[in-house]
Parts: sequence; C-alpha cells; structure tokens
Amino acid sequence: MIRVSSLVKSFGDFVAVNEISFEVQQGEIFAFLGPNGAGKTTTIKMLTTLLKPTRGNIEIDGLDPQDQQDEVRRRFGIVFQDPSLEWELTADENMELHGVLYHVPHKLRIERTEQLLKIFELWERRKEPVKRFSGGMKRRLEIARGLLHTPKILFLDEPTLGLDPQSRNQMWTHVKRLNETEGVTVFLTTHYMDEADRVAQRIAIIDHGKIVAQGTPAELKEQTKSDSLEQAFLALTGTSIRDESAGSIDQMRNFVKMWRR
Amino acid sequence: MGAIYILWLRELKRYTRSRAQMFGSLGQPLLYLLALGFGLGPVFQKSGNGSYLQFIAPGVIGMTVLFTSIFSGIGLLWDRQFGFLKETLVAPVSRISIVIGKTLGGVTVALIQGTLVVIVCLVAGFRPVAWTAVPVAFCFMALIAMVFGGLGTAIGSKLQDMQGFQLIMNFLVLPIFFLSGALFPLDHLPKVLGFITDFDPLSYGVDGLRGALIGRTHFGLLTDLAVLSAVAVVLVSVGGYLFSQIEA
Repeated sequence: MIRVSSLVKSFGDFVAVNEISFEVQQGEIFAFLGPNGAGKTTTIKMLTTLLKPTRGNIEIDGLDPQDQQDEVRRRFGIVFQDPSLEWELTADENMELHGVLYHVPHKLRIERTEQLLKIFELWERRKEPVKRFSGGMKRRLEIARGLLHTPKILFLDEPTLGLDPQSRNQMWTHVKRLNETEGVTVFLTTHYMDEADRVAQRIAIIDHGKIVAQGTPAELKEQTKSDSLEQAFLALTGTSIRDESAGSIDQMRNFVKMWRR
Repeated sequence: MGAIYILWLRELKRYTRSRAQMFGSLGQPLLYLLALGFGLGPVFQKSGNGSYLQFIAPGVIGMTVLFTSIFSGIGLLWDRQFGFLKETLVAPVSRISIVIGKTLGGVTVALIQGTLVVIVCLVAGFRPVAWTAVPVAFCFMALIAMVFGGLGTAIGSKLQDMQGFQLIMNFLVLPIFFLSGALFPLDHLPKVLGFITDFDPLSYGVDGLRGALIGRTHFGLLTDLAVLSAVAVVLVSVGGYLFSQIEA
C-alpha cells in the first residue's frame, strides 16, 4: 500500500530524512514513532504530496505522489498535527466543504456524513459551529472528515495530542473499528507509546532522520529486552531531550491563542 | 467548478456570520464621511469646489472596497494559522481553482460591504448625479476589489507571520488610500505628489467611481477602466502564482 525506498529530504545542509525505507501493507495499522524533530512530520508531508523528496522513491497504492498528485490525494485522508477545520462553519458544513473538494457525489456525501458523524458521536451537534467544540470533538470531526471520501489510507499525525485519556481511548476505539470494517490502512505518529502498543500491528522508529528499528511491538520489546514499548523506545533512541525551536508559525499560533482567551 | 463554488461560499458565510465585523468595519467610513465630510465641507465649498460630502463619498466607498478586499486576501495568513489552508492544499483540486474561489469570495464580500457604505452615504445626504450611473459604479467597485484582492493574496501567500501585518498596513494599505485622491482632488497637485498618485491603482478606482457617481473625473472614465482592468489581470495572476508556490 505504501512503499518507501531510500527516501531523502534535506533542507540546505540539514538532512531531515536520511535514506529511509519501509513498507506498509494494505489494511495494516502502522505506527511511525520518534522523538521530536526526528523526521516524522517531514516524512508524512512527502507521503501526502505536500513536500518534494530530495531523493528516493515513494509509492502510494502503486502511484507516485509527485507525478500523480491528484490521484494520490484522492486515495488518502489526513489528520494533521494542528487542527485544520474551518472554525466559523458548522460540523456539517466542514463535511460538505471536504466532500465537494474531493468530488464525492452529493447523495453519497449526505449518507456518509450521517454515518461518520454518528460513529464519531457528533451527529447531535452537527449544526453547531466548530469553534464551540471541545478539543476532542474537533479531533473526532477531523478524522470523520478525513474518511468522508472513503480513502484507502488514513494518515494521523499525532492525533491525540492534548486530549484527555477518555477522548484518546474513544478515538482509538473508533479508528480500530474503521480499520476493521472498512479495511482502511492507518499510518500514525504519536508520542504515547501505550497507544502505539495497543493499536499498531507494526512499528517503525525513526531518529535523526534514520529508521533505527522496525517490527511488531512484541519484536521491538524482545529486540531491546524491554517490558514495555516505552522502554524499548528509550533504549533505541536514548534518553536525552530534543528541543525543537519554535518556528514563526508556532509563535504566531501562541500569540493568537493568547488573544482568543 | 465545485471547488470554486464551495470556497466562494465559505468566504461569504464567514463574512455574514460575523455581524460584529460587518458593522464594525462601517465605523471608519462613517467617521471619514461625517467628520471630514462635514468638518472640511465649509473650507472646500469656499475654495469653489462644491460639496465636500459629494466629493468624498466615492472616495470612502473606494476605501471600503480597498480595505475589505485586501484583508480578505491577507486572510490567507489566518487560514495558515488556523490550519484550514492545509485542508485545501492537500485536496485533489488545482491551486488555481482554490485561489479563484477565494478571490471571488473576497470580491463578493467587498461588494456587499461597499453597498452598505453606499447606503450609509445616501443616508448622510450624498446624491449621485444620475441613478443610471450606479451599475457603472458597481463595475468599478468590482475592479477595485479584484486589484486589491489579488494584491492581498500575493501578500498573504508570502507573509509568514503577524509581525509583517503592521508593516503592510502602515506602509502599503494606508499609503494606497491616502495617496489615491480619495480625500482630495488630483488636479493641480505638487509635481511629486501628482507623480505618486498616478502610480496608485486606487486613484483610478476612486476616479472611476467619482466619474460615475458625480460626473467628475481626472483621468477620464475609459482610462480608469483600462488601467484598472490591466492592473487587475496582473495582480490576480501574481497572487495566483504566488499562492500556487506555497509549501505547506
């Protein structure tokens, strides 16, 4: 479903992603883990047509994200690290907008919107503007929206960031269920190792732009002789803290958050 | 087509749902119209130029369309900030249709806001020379909106953060307004000022509005129309191009 070989992305002198290769099978839940700044988001951006690789090959359902951009875009849904909903519009309208952008036929769109909003427990609130939603509701709506055009792959970039344990638990239950019922392949990143351990069938760990380990959660634990995935992760990536410098966009976001209160 | 429509609709909904913004942005035109219109009126009259309210009303309408359309374009910055931009960038539609939908939305919003100000002007006592000229005035409003909607999109595509916003406001938007002849006649200006105003696209917009509404023009209606159309094509293209270059 996803095939990546010798993928490289450099920004000037800095090599963000360095010769990584991996495969994700159809219907699999695949977790892509790593410390801050390891290259996770850069990789997701390349997989989802948003960034051109410096070198290497990517295949999404047999297609090249650069050459067959629109074809590839139709095949995946994505939930970004930061929210990407239109806050002034209602849940329903956000779904409509997405459906139209993805050329989902009107009747199908209505049916699927109802189905998804019910699964994600947002149906009752569908006429309310998103700005009144809680963090967990916004996240659920984004996943529902990402699934509207029946993608084959769902990318989830740290989807549970900032959610309480209840919302996190509920979200993964839904994702797992959709993976089983619709057979959608899930590619996720998260900092919560227990989540990856619970939902992912296979895991790749990236650090400093290189993949340092790949396998099932059990294999990774065995390989590092650890009891938990968290210990395995620390054994593989070390215990020093990585600081990401906040980019200008992040600074602006904080500025706005301040004003929104 | 669908993408253009739905993004146009989004701009419109955003606008109509924030009543505070809608009425709040009437404050400034009202202030110019009433404070300057009536305050400078007697001086203007004495110098033999007729009613200042009649003169300034098209300028205030032009200003409203300028502000609304340029900020609608720069609104890209907010889309980037609240993340909605990514949703459109990753969708299987061309960047061009996204930017067309957004720009048309901005033009529509600017026309509605302009219409509200026209009504405010009428209430304040402004009277166009002929009512038949009103459609011509709307044409000019639409052209002004396209010129500055395109410019706003170009800026919004390049601007990375809020810090740049003040800069744009003080060194671009306000000069465009103040150097356009919205507030003073362009005839007999000092050479340098006259030279600068000739390069301000809004000069032609306001002049066109004035020509249509009160039958008084500096450049001539056809020149206004030609210059505005040409600048609109250039700026909308530049905006579209820069938008297509955005990396998420």
